[in-house]
Amino acid sequence: MAEVRITGLHKRYGAFHAVRGIDLDIRDGEFTVLVGPSGCGKSTLLRTIAGLEESSEGTIEIGGEVVNDFRPRDRDVAMVFQDYALYPHMNVAKNIGFGLKARKMPKPEVDARVAEAARMLGITPLLGRFPRQLSGGQRQRVAIGRAIVRSPRIFLFDEPLSNLDAQLRDEMRGEIKRLHQDIGTTMIYVTHDQIEAMTLADRIVLMRDGIIEQQGAPLELFERPASTFVAGFLGSPRMSFLPGTLTLDGSAAAIRLSEALLPVAPGRSLNGAIDGQAVLLGLRPEHLTRAHAATPAQGTFRYDATIDLLQPTGSRSYATFRLAGTPVMAELQAHDVSRPGERLPIDINMNRASIFDAKTERAI
Amino acid sequence: MAAVAPVRRPKRRSIPVGRILLLGFFLVFVLWPLYWMFNTSIKPSDDYLTVPPVWFPTAPTLVHYEAALFAYRGLDGLINSLIISLSATVLSALFGTLMAYSLARYNTGGQHLSFWVLSQRFLPPIGIVLPVFLIYRGVGLYDTHIGLIIAYTVFTLPVSVWMMFAYFRGMPKSMEEAALVDGCTRWEAFWRVAVPLAAPGIVAAAVFAFIACWTEFFFALILTSRTAFTLPTVFRAFIGFQGAQYGEAAALAIVSLVPSIALGVLAQRHLVRGLTLGAVRG
Repeated sequence: MAEVRITGLHKRYGAFHAVRGIDLDIRDGEFTVLVGPSGCGKSTLLRTIAGLEESSEGTIEIGGEVVNDFRPRDRDVAMVFQDYALYPHMNVAKNIGFGLKARKMPKPEVDARVAEAARMLGITPLLGRFPRQLSGGQRQRVAIGRAIVRSPRIFLFDEPLSNLDAQLRDEMRGEIKRLHQDIGTTMIYVTHDQIEAMTLADRIVLMRDGIIEQQGAPLELFERPASTFVAGFLGSPRMSFLPGTLTLDGSAAAIRLSEALLPVAPGRSLNGAIDGQAVLLGLRPEHLTRAHAATPAQGTFRYDATIDLLQPTGSRSYATFRLAGTPVMAELQAHDVSRPGERLPIDINMNRASIFDAKTERAI
Repeated sequence: MAAVAPVRRPKRRSIPVGRILLLGFFLVFVLWPLYWMFNTSIKPSDDYLTVPPVWFPTAPTLVHYEAALFAYRGLDGLINSLIISLSATVLSALFGTLMAYSLARYNTGGQHLSFWVLSQRFLPPIGIVLPVFLIYRGVGLYDTHIGLIIAYTVFTLPVSVWMMFAYFRGMPKSMEEAALVDGCTRWEAFWRVAVPLAAPGIVAAAVFAFIACWTEFFFALILTSRTAFTLPTVFRAFIGFQGAQYGEAAALAIVSLVPSIALGVLAQRHLVRGLTLGAVRG
């Protein structure tokens, strides 16, 4: 168990600057997910923490100790790799016990701990098998077993679920979360999948081009994204962005999207935005509902929409329509809408909408 | 491959006549010279070149074997060849593996060193044998086992390195990284994870090196004389003033085949895997 503190971390590969100045504090026992599109530096950051890559600049502290010059084995971390990285020439028991044996633990104790880890993960019947005889999910369990058997201070996961099929991925995701609840060790988890990030994390660190774009609790990032990038990355289906202009008239603010004028929720701080400023209005599908009440509630804007694309999922239907020329998606109850071309009154919840500066793409 | 189109018959499979003919032809093509060599090695000298040929010797004899092995010192050559080839093979595999690992994992020497290693095979042997001969005379390596072992190790190293280089490059790095995080030093990760996984490649490279050493003639001819001479150089003696000693030559050729075949049988399993380079799956 340990906290991790990263200060001013840079990593360059020749001319390529993969990580450009990361400052990050990870509390003891926290489940931190590093998420971002491919090439954003998240894996590099994780590998640098593991000691598999040397940092070009900055420090990494684990448990209050600067570990920059420590070899991977001396950092007391365990890592689960995307391709599992099981040793093909050893059976499951040897794979799990390998790290203990490498640290010269006496054999009876190795056996006892391997048996305990296998029991925890439900892979006891597999101990005598070789990796090639296991399914993807079983391999993943063995890889996790190899990590937990050592009781390291920190677990590092490098996209551990991306080689699994969808159903198994959901299942293993739950198991990893349960594992964290059971053992409470600090975990740092890299993924490009926003669902994994949202469901697993105590804290999401969203990276882009080698820097941290925003970090915080999953719902904080989801509800108050700092930029259009964060807003667009988290949430599926994606947030819709509508270009408009901000109009300030005394205390009442509104956003003009060609002919429509959408009132900004009263009391919402606009951080020095000016009248006539070009903005992007960010609407998530769940901010839009079919209007049932006769008059729109406080802070909602009603719009008569003509649905031009309908994607039913069973429980919900995603309906796309055009608002001031821009396609917007609404998440409706399955029976709210029956066919494309239908005209519907849609209520837009402006209290939850995000507003971004059109030029900087930062939240206002 | 079958020359005859398979006739559709439910239940019973037709006999693949075409395939049998093709394989039969191939078998005869490969085995006939071997048979003729063996045949010659046990024929009395008078039967070598008779017309019609003696297909099956009526009075087989081992005199040619005795002469080739003892009078012509074939046995000494065989022992020398075994010592030199096996030593050079082991050294070549050892250094080749270490060097290839370094090239593949640390990118030692940038992109050029690996090519430079291979480029050493572009040199025609005749171009270097003379200076090597002079150096060997000077430092006392001429006609010694050590001398030829060094020459053969250097000679086979480029191919060993390249085979192993391709092998290591095809192997995912993550297993060694897992070993590092698990508690291994760099050396332990190499020794306990990379080498066992590369075993098929190492065996394949070693077999190639052994065959190259075992059949090498030119360096052995120039760099040895009466002490460290190898099996291939013994064959020179069979063409002399009295004409060609076909029986002795055939007998020694048969003897020289034995280690190669034994090695092939032993290494076959690894060889096939090793030649499908880098086919390691986690």
